[in-house]
Amino acid sequence: MPVSKPIYLDYAATTPLDARVLAAMQPYFSEDPSSPLSGSLGTSFGNPSSVHGFGQRAEAALEEARQKMSSLLNAQPEEIIFTSGGSESDNLALRGAALAAREQRGATHLLISPVEHDAVSKTAGQLAAHFGFTLETLPVDEFGMVPPQEVAKRLREDTALVSIILGNNEIGTINPISEIAAICRTRGIPLHSDAVQSGAYLHLDVQKLGVNLLSIGAHKFYGPKGVGALYVRNGTKLLPTQTGGGHEFGLRAGTPNVAYIAGMAKAFELAQSELNQRTSKLINLRDKIIDSVLVTIPDSKLTGHRHLRLANHASFVFNNVDGNALLMLLDDAGFACSSGSACKTGDPEPSEVLLALGFARDWALGSLRVTLGIQTTDEEIDSFLSALPQLVERARNLELA
Amino acid sequence: MSGGVDSSVAAALLQQQGYEVIGMMLRLWSEPGRAASNRCCTPAAMNVARRVAGQLGIPFYAVNAQERFHDVVVKYFLDGYASGQTPNPCLACNRQIRWEFLLDRALALGADYMATGHYVRLTRAPGEPVRLFEAVDTHKDQSYVLHVLNQEKLRHALFPLGEYTKPQVRQIASDLKLPAADSKESQDLCFLAGQDYREFLGRHKPELAQPGPIVNTHGEMRGEHAGLVNYTIGQRKGLGIAAAEPLYVLGKDFANGALVVGTKKELGSSELIAEKVSWLAGPAPKVPFSAEVKIRYSAKKAPAKVTPLDGEGAKVEFEQPLRDITPGQAAVFYVNGEVLGGGLIASEPFSVQKAEIFSSEAVPVA
Repeated sequence: MPVSKPIYLDYAATTPLDARVLAAMQPYFSEDPSSPLSGSLGTSFGNPSSVHGFGQRAEAALEEARQKMSSLLNAQPEEIIFTSGGSESDNLALRGAALAAREQRGATHLLISPVEHDAVSKTAGQLAAHFGFTLETLPVDEFGMVPPQEVAKRLREDTALVSIILGNNEIGTINPISEIAAICRTRGIPLHSDAVQSGAYLHLDVQKLGVNLLSIGAHKFYGPKGVGALYVRNGTKLLPTQTGGGHEFGLRAGTPNVAYIAGMAKAFELAQSELNQRTSKLINLRDKIIDSVLVTIPDSKLTGHRHLRLANHASFVFNNVDGNALLMLLDDAGFACSSGSACKTGDPEPSEVLLALGFARDWALGSLRVTLGIQTTDEEIDSFLSALPQLVERARNLELA
Repeated sequence: MSGGVDSSVAAALLQQQGYEVIGMMLRLWSEPGRAASNRCCTPAAMNVARRVAGQLGIPFYAVNAQERFHDVVVKYFLDGYASGQTPNPCLACNRQIRWEFLLDRALALGADYMATGHYVRLTRAPGEPVRLFEAVDTHKDQSYVLHVLNQEKLRHALFPLGEYTKPQVRQIASDLKLPAADSKESQDLCFLAGQDYREFLGRHKPELAQPGPIVNTHGEMRGEHAGLVNYTIGQRKGLGIAAAEPLYVLGKDFANGALVVGTKKELGSSELIAEKVSWLAGPAPKVPFSAEVKIRYSAKKAPAKVTPLDGEGAKVEFEQPLRDITPGQAAVFYVNGEVLGGGLIASEPFSVQKAEIFSSEAVPVA
C-alpha cells in the first residue's frame, strides 16, 4: 500500500508540462479584448491561414515557433514540419520518403533496425505488406546498437529509405547516427532517425547528426501531448500523407495547432538550453540505479548499453518474473514505472526489441524500465532502490502468464 | 472488474463498506481477429471498467491471462469434447484462472480478499469453515460454477452481490451513475465471440463435425448423423429418423463416431458417478446424505442420495431418473441452499449396453 505520495519514474512515457511552457501556450487559445496583450503581435486564437489581423498574429506565432525550432536544431525554418506528435512524424517520414523515392527513382527497398519504435516498424511493415516495398531489418549488437558497417553492407541502389532510432525508448541505447548518416550520404540514400526519446537528453543538431529526416515529440521534453515536428532536409523529397490545404509547405494539411506548437518551441528551447545541467544530475541517478539493481537483485541484467544510453534511462530484465505483475506491485507500492513501452493493456508478448537483443523469453518477459526526469530526487531513488528487491522477489513467486 | 454492471456495483459496494478497493481485469483469450466481439474483456469493456475505476477513484490493473486461459480453459474444452465429454470451461476458468492466477496476483498486492460480481453468498464464523450458499436471486445464482473453490480460496473471497437481486443491482448502478456496459445477459461461453459453440468446435476439432452412424442400444444402424457436435443428450428433434416411437439421443460414442439413440424408456438414468469431487468444508462426509443435485448450470436441482466414495468420487442416486445427465458437466450437491461439494459426471447411463453394441461386428462403424 502506498505510504506516501507516488513517485513517478516513467518520464520516457511522458513528462509533465513545464509551467513556463503552459504560459507560452496560453495566449493562443482565445482572445480577451481587455487583455493588455490583446492585439499585440503573436497573441491570437486566429487561423494562421486567414488574411485578417487575427490570422496574421497567429501566423506570426507559428513562424516564430518554426524559427525557434529550426535554430535549435541547426536547420532552416522551411525544414520544420509541425505534426501531431512523434508517431505522426515517423509516419510522415517513412511513408512520405518511401513513396517519393519510388516515384522518383523506382526505389522500393526499406532498411530499418529491429529496435525501432512501433511507429516506425509498423509503418515500414505496412509499406511492405500493402504497398509493394521490401523491408530488410538490420542486425544489432547485444546492446541494441546498429553497427555502421552493417548499414554499408546492406545499402542498395534501390534503397528508398534507411530509418534508425537515435535514443531507444525501451533500452536507452544511443545509435551512432552521425557515422551511419555519413555512409548513407555517400550513397545518396536518405536517412530518417526517430529522436522522440532524445529531445531532452541529446543536443539535436541535424548538421552534426547528418540525417535527412528527424522526428521529435513535445511531450517527451515537458511540452504538451499532441504536437511534434519532423525535420526534413532541403532536397529530401516527401509525398504528403495527409492531404488537404497547403499547410506546412504542402506536406501536412490541417490548421496548425498554434498554441501547442508555441508550447513545443518553448519546451524545446528550455530542454536544449538547460540540457547539460539537467543531464549531469540524471546520469548520476541513473548510474546509481543501475549499479544498485545489478548488485541487489539476483538474476538481473541491464538492457541496452551501460554508458552510451539516454541520461535518464535505466532498463533491466529479471529472469522468471512476470513484468506486468511487477509493474502492478510497484504501482501499489507507490512507484510508477514501465516495462519498456507505455503499453498498459497487459500485453503478454515479450518485447521484440528485447528478443532482437538475444534475450530468451523467460528473461524478456520480465522487463522493467525506470526513467527519470527533472523532478526526480535522490530520496526518491533511494526509496525506490530499497523497495525494488523484495517486489521483484514477490513477482517472481507468481506463476508466469 | 469486467466493465459490466455486476462487478462495477460489487466494487462500489465494497468501497461503501469501507474496504480499500483495487480493480483488476482479466484479459482472456479470444480467437485471433475476433477480440472485439468476445463477450468479455473486449477493448470497449476495458474502457468502461477503467471509467468505473476512475469514478470510484480506485487503481485499476489489466492482468493478462490470454495464453494461460487458452492452455487451461480452451484446450480443456476442446480436448474434453474430443474425448467424449461435454466439459464446462467456466469451471476450469474459475478454478485455475480467476481463483488461482488472479487471486495470487491480488494477494501479492497485499490484498486480504478478492471479490467478484458473482451471485452467491458466504458465511463466516470464527474457527469454522467458510460456507458457500446460493444467492438470494435464484435466477442469477452462480454457486454451481463456484463449487470449485476450497477453503483456502474461500477464506480470501468476498461476494458483495449475493444478498441482492439483479434488478436491485441495476438500480444501484443507476443511482451511482456507474457507466456499466450494457452487456447482454448470456450464457454463451465468453471466448466464442458470438459464434455457435458447434461452429467453434467444428473448426478446431474437425472430427467432431464428421458425419457418422446413428445406432440404437442394440447396435442396429438407424441412420446417419451430421457430426456428433450437433447433438445434445436428451435431444429428440432433428434426428431425421422415421420410427414407430420417438427416439432420443442417449449418448455419444466418440471412439466410434456414433450417436446412440433410444426410446423415451431408455432415456435417462437414476444415478451417476461423480469424479474429482471436492468438498468445500475440506474432508469428505463419512456417510451418505440426502441432497439436491444440480447436473448443469441451468438445470433444476433434483433430490438425490449422495454417497461419498473412496478416491475423490461420489455416487448420486436420484429419486426420479434424469434425462440429460452429461459426462463432463459437474454434479453439485446442495443441502438447504448450501453448496457442500461437487465433481465431474463420469458415468454414462448407457455404458453397459454400449460395450455390447460395439463388440458386434455387424455394426457398421464410421
